[in-house]
Amino acid sequence: MTTQRKAVALISGGLDSMLAAKTIMDQGIHVEGINFFTGFCVEGHTHAIRKKDKAKPKRNNALWVAETLGIKLHIVDIVDEYKDVVLNPSHGYGANLNPCLDCKCFMVKKARQWVEENNFDFIITGEVIGQRPMSQRKDTMPVVARESGANDRLLRPLCAKNLPATLPELEGWVDRERLHDFSGRSRKPQMAMAKQLGLTDYAQPAGGCCFLTDQNYSHRLADLWTARKTRDYELDDIMLLKVGRHIRPRPNFKMIIGREEGENKFLEGYRKMFASMTTDSCPGPLVLLDGELSQEDLELAAAIAARFSQGREHEQVQIGYHINKVLKQRFNIKPLGIEEVPKEWHI
Amino acid sequence: MSHYELDARRLLCPMPVIRAQDKVKTLAPGDTLDVVCTDPGALNDIPAWCRINGHEVLDKKQIDDEIIVCIRVGNID
Ligand code: SF4
Repeated sequence: MTTQRKAVALISGGLDSMLAAKTIMDQGIHVEGINFFTGFCVEGHTHAIRKKDKAKPKRNNALWVAETLGIKLHIVDIVDEYKDVVLNPSHGYGANLNPCLDCKCFMVKKARQWVEENNFDFIITGEVIGQRPMSQRKDTMPVVARESGANDRLLRPLCAKNLPATLPELEGWVDRERLHDFSGRSRKPQMAMAKQLGLTDYAQPAGGCCFLTDQNYSHRLADLWTARKTRDYELDDIMLLKVGRHIRPRPNFKMIIGREEGENKFLEGYRKMFASMTTDSCPGPLVLLDGELSQEDLELAAAIAARFSQGREHEQVQIGYHINKVLKQRFNIKPLGIEEVPKEWHI
Repeated sequence: MSHYELDARRLLCPMPVIRAQDKVKTLAPGDTLDVVCTDPGALNDIPAWCRINGHEVLDKKQIDDEIIVCIRVGNID
């Protein structure tokens, strides 16, 4: 009796990893998916926070992929361990704070450990040579295989024919001839394959799979490190960087200003962790204050909060300052004018 | 067979799914689990996760800002 071979597929929720998994499933291999949550993942939730997007149905794309393919999905929380990847990438960053090569090595390493613990045979990813400038180059692909320790148990079905044969191919578990030879940045072969398989509803995130490739987000993260004088973060920090308007009027404090009801509601959950400001005389945002503020800073923050309230044209707006949700001080303050909140304050 | 509750309030998806997944691993087939969340994404994600992994959703309801998804643990191989 032949042994049923088993592979774990790294499922990001995008099309490529879905097609890679499908390619291997079609060769009679038992495939299960693994999805890593780094805290930086672009998922429906950030949009969900904003009320205006609430009407759109939301889904977790990795779960959708697994369900469409009919495979199990294991979602793994790697938030804590991933910190070291973001903070100390040995291969450096991409265009923003994205440590793509270290990230790929790390994820494949975690998948290798999972494979060992669960008696699976090999790992598959949706990587394509030349698709991404940093982690998916001909010279970096062997780096991922080597540094992850997966070596020849790492198979990239979408571009396998352009790479040396891996163990599953050499052992005849999969037929190399039925793998693919995609390369370069073009998405056409993937789209053609998706069409052939009748897949239409797949996710095509404009900004890629994680916030670290986003310039604005990376800027906020770098600002956080500068302000705290230490390169570190907690999950709450990186979640908050995704939400609201961030304004740093002075080096010692930052304001996180809800832009609409959904964001205000989300920020509400952080009022025990941060001092906050509310607009009491008219509708306005909830504001979190990050840092140590002097009385003068508080007055400035109140005037900025008033600027983003519906009372921005009023002579005075009443702003409440709270610690631990308890009112500490009330300001009757003139809102700043638009030109008094310079662009440089926005992060 | 026992009933459990999991507090996943304030967590954003996919964290409620991960917490539910990790909790279910410790339970026996037939046990039931109420997952209490505040992220509306959980309304779709937890049932999707259950369908994929062979668990049953007995009920899902939204009370004010809280979402409660009740799961019956399936046979886990
Ligand atoms: S974009 Fe983000 S998740 Fe994707 S490889 Fe780069 S760092 Fe990792």
